[in-house]
Amino acid sequence: MAPFIRLKSISKQFADVVAVDDVSLDIEKGELFCLLGASGCGKSTLLRLLAGFEPPTKGTIEIDGQDMAGVAPADRPVNFMFQSYALFPHMSVANNIGYGLRRAGMRGTELAERVDSLLKLVRLHKLGGRKPHQLSGGQRQRVALARALARRPKLLLLDEPLAALDKKLREDTQFELVDIQEKLGTTFIVVTHDQEEAMTLAGRIGIMDAGQLVQVDAPRRLYERPKSSFVADFLGTISFVDGVVASRDKTSITIGGDLNICAACGDDLPVGAAVKLAIRPEKITLSRSKSGDVNEIEVVVEDLAYLGFATNYRVKTASGQMFKLQQQQRRSLDPPLSWDEKGYVHFDPQDVIVLQH
Amino acid sequence: MGRMNGLVLSLGALGFGILYLPIIVMVIFSFNAGKLVSVWSGASLKWYAGLLENDQLLSAFGTSLLIAVWAATIATIFGICIAVAFVRFGNFRSRLALSAIASAPLVMPEIVTGLSMLLLFISMESLLGWPSGRGVDTIIIAHATFGMCFAAVVIQARLRDFDMAIEEAAADLGATQPFIFLSITLPVIAPAIVAAWLLAFTLSFDDLVIASFVSGPGSSTLPIVIFSKVRLGVTPEINALATVMIVVVAVAVIGASWGIRRRLSSRDQNQ
Amino acid sequence: MMGRGMWKYLVNVPAVTGRRLVIALPLIWLAVFFFLPLVETLQVSFTSPRRGIPPYEPLWGIADDGFFTNFTTGNYALLLQYWSDYFGPAFNSIKLAFFSTLVCLLFAYPMAWLIARSNEKWRTILLVLVMLPFWTSSLLRIYALIGSLNPNGFINAAGLWLGLIDAPIQMMQTDFSIYMGMVLTYLPLMILPLYAVMVRLDADLLDAAADLGGSGVQIFRTIILPLTVPGIIAGSLLVFIPAVGEFVIPALLGGPDQLMMGKVLWTEFFRNRDWPVASAIAMLLLAILTVPIIYARYQDGRDAAAETPNPKQAETG
Repeated sequence: MAPFIRLKSISKQFADVVAVDDVSLDIEKGELFCLLGASGCGKSTLLRLLAGFEPPTKGTIEIDGQDMAGVAPADRPVNFMFQSYALFPHMSVANNIGYGLRRAGMRGTELAERVDSLLKLVRLHKLGGRKPHQLSGGQRQRVALARALARRPKLLLLDEPLAALDKKLREDTQFELVDIQEKLGTTFIVVTHDQEEAMTLAGRIGIMDAGQLVQVDAPRRLYERPKSSFVADFLGTISFVDGVVASRDKTSITIGGDLNICAACGDDLPVGAAVKLAIRPEKITLSRSKSGDVNEIEVVVEDLAYLGFATNYRVKTASGQMFKLQQQQRRSLDPPLSWDEKGYVHFDPQDVIVLQH
Repeated sequence: MGRMNGLVLSLGALGFGILYLPIIVMVIFSFNAGKLVSVWSGASLKWYAGLLENDQLLSAFGTSLLIAVWAATIATIFGICIAVAFVRFGNFRSRLALSAIASAPLVMPEIVTGLSMLLLFISMESLLGWPSGRGVDTIIIAHATFGMCFAAVVIQARLRDFDMAIEEAAADLGATQPFIFLSITLPVIAPAIVAAWLLAFTLSFDDLVIASFVSGPGSSTLPIVIFSKVRLGVTPEINALATVMIVVVAVAVIGASWGIRRRLSSRDQNQ
Repeated sequence: MMGRGMWKYLVNVPAVTGRRLVIALPLIWLAVFFFLPLVETLQVSFTSPRRGIPPYEPLWGIADDGFFTNFTTGNYALLLQYWSDYFGPAFNSIKLAFFSTLVCLLFAYPMAWLIARSNEKWRTILLVLVMLPFWTSSLLRIYALIGSLNPNGFINAAGLWLGLIDAPIQMMQTDFSIYMGMVLTYLPLMILPLYAVMVRLDADLLDAAADLGGSGVQIFRTIILPLTVPGIIAGSLLVFIPAVGEFVIPALLGGPDQLMMGKVLWTEFFRNRDWPVASAIAMLLLAILTVPIIYARYQDGRDAAAETPNPKQAETG
C-alpha cells in the first residue's frame, strides 16, 4: 500500500536560493514525524510546501494517494499551526477555533458543540469568549492547536509549536501534544530546531541540512547509528577521531597512528581508506589504571563539569586528540579524576561509529 | 499575496493612471509648438523661453520662495516645540488645549482659516497698528501657523521612536538637559526635521486659498498668479511652468528617497 | 551668530523654565493666530456690511454717547431665507465630499494593498510614486486635469482621433470632473493611513485563513476588511473634512450645478464684498464639520493610546 504521505524529489527555489533540494520522503498514517534542523535548513519551507502556501519548483506531493499539484491550501486535507500562532486578533477564542468550521458551512448548535469539544480537548473550556490578547502564551498556543484540528485534517503541520513557550511549559506541553496525537490518530509533522523536543515527540525524525534530507530514522537509530558526521554532531555530544584504516578483518577495522583504535565494522573498507570514528560520551569510561583491554588510551584531564548525577570530562591525549565523555556517579574504589590528572579512557569496539564523511 | 489579484491590480493601476495621466499629458504638451492640448504642432521650447521673460511670473516665484523659506523655518522651530511637548512632557497642564489647537488646523478647510486670519489681521491693525496692511509678513505668519502643525506631526513620529538610552547616557556623563537636546537629540532626529521643513515649505509654496485672503498689493504669490491666469483658460506658459515645477519636485523626491535607501543599506552593511 | 555668553545661557537654562517656554511659545502663537481668528470670525458674522475699510461695522465700541453695539443676526437670517443659495451648496458640499471620499477609498484601498504586499524594492518605488503628486502643487494637478477633461482637451481629442466617440463628451463642470479633481488631490491622503494599517497586517493571518478553508472573498470579508477599518476611518476623515470646504476644485472644474460652500464663501467675500455673510458661511461650515472633527480627534487619541489599531469585534460570517 502506498504510504500516506509521499514526497517525490521535492525542490523549491527562491530567486537564487535553493531552499529545498531534492527531498524524497514517505510518511505513514498516524505517525508523529519530526523535521529537525538548524535555522535556514529548509524545514519550514518544506512544511509550507505541504500546506500548499507555495508550489514546489520540482517534484510531487501525494497525500492519501491524491496528487496535491495545483490544489489550494483551502482544499487540501491539511491544516497548519503557525509558529506565531497567527490567531485572528479581532475574533474571540471560540470564533478563532470555529473559523475553519464556518468556512466549511457548519452553523448553529452543531458548530457550537464541536467548538466546545475542541475547547475541552485543549483544556481551555471556560475561555471561549476571550480575545487572543487576553490570553497567556501557552493558552494562545492551545487555541492555535485547536483551530488547526477543528476540520479533522488528515495531516496536521506544526511549525515550531513549542518555540515560544518557556522551558517548564514546553516540557509539559510536549507530552500533551503526543497524547492528543495518539488520541486522535491524526498524522502530525512537527518542525523544530530543538533536538530534545524532536527526540521526545517523534516516532521518526528527518534531519535536514541546507535544504537536503540527510537522514530519516527513529530517534534511537539516529543517535546510535548516525550515517554522517553532520548527524552525529547534530544530536547530542560526540567525540570524533580522524584516521586511516591500518588493518582490517571481516568484522572490524583498526586505525593506525598512536591511537590504535579498533572499531566493529561490517562495511567493505580497504586498507588506507580515510575514516572518521565517532564515540558517544556515555560509552567512554575513564579510570586511573590500565586494564589491558583493547581501545585503551592514555589521557590527561583538561576540564570537567560536575553535574551531580554525572560528570562531564574533556580529556586529551599526548598527540592532541580530544575526547568528551560523561561518567555517571558511581560507587567506586578509585576517587574520580580531577584536573590535569592522568588516566585511561576505554570504549568497546561495538560502540565505535564508523563514518566516511 | 495573490488573492483577488486581477481586480486589485486593475483598480490599482487605474488609480495610478488617474493620478499621473493628466500630468504626463500636460508635460508632453508643454513642448507643443501649438497652443492646444488636442493638436500636436511639433516640438518647441518657446513656452519655456517665454517663462524667463515673464516678469510677473518671475517676481511671483521670488515672492513665493521668500515666504516659503521664512514660513517653513518658523513652522519647523515651533513644530519641534510642539512635538517635544507631546512626546516628552507627559501630562502637562495645558496638554489638552495644545493638542486641540495643534491638530485642528490639520483638518480645517483652508477657506475658513484664510478668512478668519484676515479678519484677525484687520482688527489687530485697528487696535495695535500692526500689521500695517497685508503683505509678505502676514502671509508668512499664516503659512507658519498651519505649517507648524504639520511639522509637529512629522517630528513627533520620529521623536516617539527615539531611543532614550542615548540621552540617559549623556546625562550620566554629566550633560544637562538643554545641552543634551541641542547636541544629541536634534542631530539624531535631523532627517525628520528636514522632512518637516520641506513639508512646511511645500505647503506654503503651493498654498492658494489662504494666501489669497491675507496677501496685499504687491505680494502676489505664484499660485495666486497662476490661478488668475488659469481661470481664463489653459495657457501653454502655465504648462511649461508646471512642468518645470513638477520636474524639480520629482528630481528632489526621487533623489531624496534614493539617498535615504543608500544610507539605510550602507548602515545595514556596517552592522 | 550666538556669542559664547548666549550659548552658555541657553544650555544652562533651568529645566522648568525651559519646559514652560517650549509649551508656551507654540501655545500662544496658535492661540493668537489660529483660535483668536475663529473668535473674530464669529464676531464679524454678527455685524453688518458697510462701505469702507473694513467693510463691516464694528461689533461694539465706545462712542460719545457711551457703549454701542451692532449685533445682528441678519446674516444668519439671510442664509436661512435664501435657503437654496446657501444651504443648497452646503448639502451639495457634503454630498460631493462624501462621494468623493467613497471614490477615493475605492481606488486607494487596492493601491494601498498593492504597495503593502509588495516586496521591499517595489514598495519604496510605489510609495514614491504615490507621494510625488502630493509634493507638487495641487493647483497645478487640477490645472493638468482641465487640460485632459476639456471639450478640446486631451481625452476628447484622443477619443475622436481613435474613433471611439463622434463628438466631444462634456466632462468639465460635471459631478464627474469634481470627483476626478478630488481623487487627484486627495488620493495620497487616503492611501497613506490605509497603507500604514495594511503593512502591519501579519501575512500569517492570511495564510491561516486560507489554510482553514477561506476563499479570497471570504478572507477579505472576515479578516482583511475588519482589520483595516481603522485605516479606512482615518483616511476617510482626512479626505472628507477638508473636501467639504474645498474651493479650488469646484472653482476650476465645477459649474453652476456643482456649487460648493467654499466657492459660495469666496464669492460672497471677494465679489459681493459682504464679509459678514462670508463669516456666517464660515461658521456654518464649521458647524457642519464639528462632529467629524471631534470624531477625528477622538480616533487620534484612541490610536495613540493603543499602540496597535483596535479593530471592532467582527461578526464572522
